[in-house]
Amino acid sequence: MSARVPLPRWVDVALLPVLNVVLAFLIGGLIVLSVGQNPLDAVGYMIYGAFGYGSGFGYTLYYTTDFIFAGLAVSLAFHAGMFNIGPEGQAYVAGLGVIIVALMFNGLHWALMFPLMIIAGGLFGAFWAFIPGYLQAKRGSHIVITTILFNFIAISLMGYVITKILKPAGVDSDESAPIQAISRVPQLREFLALFKNSPVNLTFLLAIVALFFVYWLVWRTKFGYAMRTLGRNPTAARYAGISSSRMIMTTMALSGALAAMVAVNNVGGVQGRLILNFVAGAGFVGVAVAFMGKAHPVGVALASLLFGALYQGGQELAFSMPGITREMIVTIQALVILFTGAMGDMLRIPLEKLFARWQRPAGGG
Amino acid sequence: MATQTSSKQRLETAAALAPAIELRGINKHFGAVHANRDIDLIVRRGTVHGIVGENGAGKSTLMSILYGFYTADSGEILVNGKPQTITDSRHALALGIGMVHQHFMLVENFSVLENVVLGAEDSPLLAKTLNHARAQLKRLATDYGLEVDPDAIIEDLSVGQQQRVEILKALYRGAEILILDEPTGVLTPAEADHLFRILRTLRDEGKTILLITHKLREIMAITDEVSVMRQGAMVKTLVTAETSPPELAEAMVGRRVLLRVEKGPAAPGKVMLEVQNLVVTDDFGIPRIKDVSFSVRAGEIVGIAGVSGNGQSELLESISGMRDQLLGSVMLNGQPLSLQGDDGAHRARLAGLAHVPEDRQRMGLVTVFQEWENSILGYHHEYGSGPGLDIAKAKAEAKERIAKFDIRPANSDLKTANFSGGNQQKIVLAREMEGNPDVLIVGQPTRGVDIGAIEFIHNQIIKMRDAGKAILLVSVELDEIRSLSDRILVLFDGHIVGEADPATADEGELGLLMAGVTKDGHAPDAGPGTVPAHETLIEKNLTQMSPQDNKDKSGLDE
Amino acid sequence: MQYFNDLVLILDSTVRLAVPLILACLAGLYSERSGIVDIGLEGKLLGAAFAAAAMAAVSGSPWLGLLAGIGVALCMSAIHGIASINLKGDQTISGVALNFLAAGLTTFLGQSWFHRGGFTPQLSADQRFNPITLPFADQVKDVPVLGGLYSELISGHNILTYVAFIAVPVTAFVLFKTRFGLRLRAVGENPKALDTAGISVTGLRYKALVITAVLVGTGGTYLSIAQSAGFNNNMSAGRGYIALAALIFAKWKPWPALLVCLLFGFLDAMQFRLQGIKFPVIGEVPVQAIQALPYILTIILLAGFIGRAVAPKASGIPYTKER
Repeated sequence: MSARVPLPRWVDVALLPVLNVVLAFLIGGLIVLSVGQNPLDAVGYMIYGAFGYGSGFGYTLYYTTDFIFAGLAVSLAFHAGMFNIGPEGQAYVAGLGVIIVALMFNGLHWALMFPLMIIAGGLFGAFWAFIPGYLQAKRGSHIVITTILFNFIAISLMGYVITKILKPAGVDSDESAPIQAISRVPQLREFLALFKNSPVNLTFLLAIVALFFVYWLVWRTKFGYAMRTLGRNPTAARYAGISSSRMIMTTMALSGALAAMVAVNNVGGVQGRLILNFVAGAGFVGVAVAFMGKAHPVGVALASLLFGALYQGGQELAFSMPGITREMIVTIQALVILFTGAMGDMLRIPLEKLFARWQRPAGGG
Repeated sequence: MATQTSSKQRLETAAALAPAIELRGINKHFGAVHANRDIDLIVRRGTVHGIVGENGAGKSTLMSILYGFYTADSGEILVNGKPQTITDSRHALALGIGMVHQHFMLVENFSVLENVVLGAEDSPLLAKTLNHARAQLKRLATDYGLEVDPDAIIEDLSVGQQQRVEILKALYRGAEILILDEPTGVLTPAEADHLFRILRTLRDEGKTILLITHKLREIMAITDEVSVMRQGAMVKTLVTAETSPPELAEAMVGRRVLLRVEKGPAAPGKVMLEVQNLVVTDDFGIPRIKDVSFSVRAGEIVGIAGVSGNGQSELLESISGMRDQLLGSVMLNGQPLSLQGDDGAHRARLAGLAHVPEDRQRMGLVTVFQEWENSILGYHHEYGSGPGLDIAKAKAEAKERIAKFDIRPANSDLKTANFSGGNQQKIVLAREMEGNPDVLIVGQPTRGVDIGAIEFIHNQIIKMRDAGKAILLVSVELDEIRSLSDRILVLFDGHIVGEADPATADEGELGLLMAGVTKDGHAPDAGPGTVPAHETLIEKNLTQMSPQDNKDKSGLDE
Repeated sequence: MQYFNDLVLILDSTVRLAVPLILACLAGLYSERSGIVDIGLEGKLLGAAFAAAAMAAVSGSPWLGLLAGIGVALCMSAIHGIASINLKGDQTISGVALNFLAAGLTTFLGQSWFHRGGFTPQLSADQRFNPITLPFADQVKDVPVLGGLYSELISGHNILTYVAFIAVPVTAFVLFKTRFGLRLRAVGENPKALDTAGISVTGLRYKALVITAVLVGTGGTYLSIAQSAGFNNNMSAGRGYIALAALIFAKWKPWPALLVCLLFGFLDAMQFRLQGIKFPVIGEVPVQAIQALPYILTIILLAGFIGRAVAPKASGIPYTKER
């Protein structure tokens, strides 16, 4: 038996994740093929739908915005050793914070309203993530289970709030009163004609800022150092005097605040009101994005763009190929989580063997 | 002497029979590590055969191969003269080979009976199996002196009793050859003596016993033959009666060991660390340190000796702020030190206390971090004035320390897991010593460290003492305690049971203390893990505390 | 008498709503007792429900539907097993992936195969599992109290309901009275103890996953071809997660699991009953509050405010032989 040779860094960081994603797409292609459709045609439609024209690209970026925030939320918690499956619920509850300030100061110029919505939404999202964090830190309740449960509680809570409290009298659909146009987060099409009637708005730029912020926080600050220590070795964190309870609660709150920006994008920017289930699974896509992007902002950005393109391209696909529904994207999402997350090491051993064979003749041995 | 003649007789009788076990040319690799190289071994039937070697010499790997837990890369195994390919533990058991592991393989919330039958149930329904086993256990208990309550739950038993369950497990499966891996590491001397009595009985009944240990005293006391391993290879096999501890020690390490460390007399100054009436519980709320008081002066090394598991870990962890104390106080340089809470270690460091933990990989390092990142662990808040981390400063200091402590390879960007045990320990040592603390507490400083590094580490500790620091040294290696300490305190069952002067104390005296026998002849009535019958006021208080008050369970470690 | 009849009706729907929970909860019990965390119960319920409905619609046989349901659950268990046992991946992530896989594939394949917007064709009575009238149920119907209980509550359910209720004592027996149960409990607590005793940890865990798949597959089948007459999108509706919550609540024990599932089923049944009813003092109870109650109760339990839920010690940890 030969010794296991560690893989070169570029293989570990880039090639392996890419191969896993390719594998996920190959299997997705086989599924499409199995129902008698041509996967290559499907890819063609998707690429055209996602990048081929202005508003399509705008939609891609709109989805990308949501996924960046949700992906960063999962990634941040991940660095502290926690699996936050709750961005869906955290974003949903944050919608309440956004709509409260928006309706309270309805008519205020967006330049003032935008930061207010960020703060209020952020606080609500942070709160919804803080409770599981608190329960983990102080009561030892497992965060995976509690964040799942909080997603469901959020559905019930927000269902009640929207249908029984926020819904104005005389309105049929389950939604809040609208935010005035001047208070809404401006669409990028107001500055760039390219985006035509797509919903991508200023929150997209906020997402770019968030990517840099998370990089700085995790790798360039004392807080990030403490967080990574806790995530990698909780006993060493205790040895180093890093308060795990404080770290867990703070990190979860920050994670929830990041997820909350999905609400700013949708409630404040796209819908201009609070509607039922506006998060629409973006929080869960964040899980896939975080794994695919290896919890690194660069990876998260790329993975978010890929999923943004998939979601928008999937719309196009459903139009052009009636045999395929948009849910094919959820399947791809599942395969990506499976291959990059749970089975991430499946290709590692064959790759190690391959590289060992490659390197041996070169080493002269 | 009776035992020696009978040992000789045993060997002569056995020589006529096929060996119980014969190994030929066994090799085993783990990655780049050659754990076993060309091992040959003959174990004669009806004898006790010892295998000695330092930590990491490959003893446990060899036994795991014999037990089918690992498969050898090459080589031959003969059991009772017949070649066998032992593919798994089940196969080993079928060949009559049983193993008592160093870390017990017991299900803690199962009863003794359930553990004994696990994997060897003779019927798909439990009732029949358990009845049968109960009768069998009773017989084994009377035959070999292995009394354990069959219905007791494992986690309620003392370590010694748990070990008896392990032996029962092997015997229940009809083991004729019994492998014991470091069986006394966790036992008190009294429990170890009891174990040896059991082993002698087993041998007299015709069982073959393979005893793996690094303690020469045990080899001399019980074995008929002894094989020495060093760095994965079998060095030699000797008849125990014809060898001596120095000869074995030399064979183990390959050269004469310098056990005495060069050091001048201590010049103790004022009291720097003062521990008063300390009471600490373990993760399960069981008191492990029970009313301990002592002090350490500037410029002296105080060594805490004791058998592993008598409260050493809890003592180290509570003074360094890693574990909440229940009662008592710790004073540093005359100031009371508040150590409660999960950031207690941070306050301890701020007050001038540095800590080299007993388990560097689990506590003292984040092995996936780069070297420079570990070089600031616990001190990261000192790097940079704002929220930002001053990485340039951290890397520069890491490089200085690499040079000063001769850490190899000299690369501060390398992942810490890629350093050897000795170099990892140097990373920890450099970090804790360079912080210029007033008090340094050191746990098991040379565990799993190669000989060259041991000398270096010992010299650094002496240097710290000579620089006027107060040093608390906790080690289960009695030789290390004796050669480094200026004063020795002996810890037994959570109490300090005596003090000794390393210059005058002899091994026998210390051994008695470590067994809990104090000078007034008071013998211990309980091993570690059990509360003595005479409850002090403090222990009464303890029993009134509910387990929920123990907040040190974030659940993250699981 | 009116109240009594109401009560019987509520209890009857409690039983109906509890069945998929019981099956999924027991399924999770086998898996988690063996040391494999199964967040993917939700996805397995959904996948099995779809497969059962699709097969029943195509073949016309509910039994073939059941086989298909179990078959799909087995496939999903196999993926979970490969990821978490062989590749030693993260069990939570694998479970999450399976849930998405089921959500995506059932809708996608449903649309591709049947073109009904994710619904499978409406099933006729002989394509479903129908209520069974137990002996004498009709005769004793008019006996006060007991007769009503027997004919309404105990009799008149489909075969899968009885399977679910029988599975509870069977599980209790298997877990605590058999060799397999002893090993199963041991492998979830300390797999090394089994490995050194010569028992294959991998083999045991796969066996547990097979039982899990059979039970949860039956649960999914119940949803689509016993309780309903066909599959619709996301019809598991979080029941897999509720079952997981119930499992924690029941502290991984079969009889308590039955009780907790019945309690959660009861809350579910009350949800429809209480709609629009105004109580004195508290007024109308929002339906959402009752929906959320199982989750809130589980969180309170997990937080240790009412007792403590301690999971099998090795659950969630892949087994590796260490050096």
